[in-house]
Amino acid sequence: MSTHTATETAASRARSEHHVWRVRLLASLGPLTALAGVVWAIVQPYRVTLLHPHGQGFWWLFVQPPLLVVLAGALFHVFVARPLIEDLEE
Amino acid sequence: MPPAEHVHWMFATGFLLLGLFLLAEVIAGEEVWQRRAWRPYLWPSFLFLMGVLMWPVMTFFTNSTIHMVAHGSWAQVMMFAGAAELGLVKGKLHSPLWRLATPFAFLVSGVAFLVHEQNPWLFQRSSFLHHLLGWTMVVGAVFPFARAWRPNWAVANAGIAIVFVFVSLALFSDRDLAPVFGRLSPLAGEPHR
Repeated sequence: MSTHTATETAASRARSEHHVWRVRLLASLGPLTALAGVVWAIVQPYRVTLLHPHGQGFWWLFVQPPLLVVLAGALFHVFVARPLIEDLEE
Repeated sequence: MPPAEHVHWMFATGFLLLGLFLLAEVIAGEEVWQRRAWRPYLWPSFLFLMGVLMWPVMTFFTNSTIHMVAHGSWAQVMMFAGAAELGLVKGKLHSPLWRLATPFAFLVSGVAFLVHEQNPWLFQRSSFLHHLLGWTMVVGAVFPFARAWRPNWAVANAGIAIVFVFVSLALFSDRDLAPVFGRLSPLAGEPHR
């Protein structure tokens, strides 16, 4: 094997590893954000008024920080991260 | 109408999404990010939209002149920075000096936080958050300022994203009237929840 080919192979492998890590990071951003919301809901369950909805209005039921964080993570993953990963893998 | 703290949480969600968009751009790289025509417009238009939505907040949710002026200034600088970034992406604006719109927005936002908070840090939670957010925006302005000179510098873009996520966390922590680190001034009133 010539030195030139070996250098090219090493560079190509490094690029490929870098690429894989970028895809992994992008794929995990949304789920990690949503997971943070789930953890928040477990730590402060009284925030999720959907679990005890009696006497609660729309805002107190549906606009609560843990739910919003989960929603943001899910929306980001579906509408931004997935198409971006597709483009990255092309 | 939603209670005021819910409005803060909705804006917190907006800042969280802004931070995620910018982080995604940093991770994917500019070339991949621009592969779809709509994507470069995503975060500037989102910032502009948040500025537009700040106007009804200013109109319906502020109960003093100083609060109204602060919310009005946030609305203006968010729209200004969003519009400048949109103009740069579209190619309608050519001067690189337009890139200073975003650090300017950071500075004005931070100063607005600091000036309109009349109480000390540990008066109540919202006072603490106003001081924290103010200094975060003022110090965090270094990232968009660096980006103005080196637009593709990943560190600067990641810094802006992290500032947005931090702002989001602070806004999510906001409550109508609550203690901070167990302290609540008797002058602040009774905590609501």
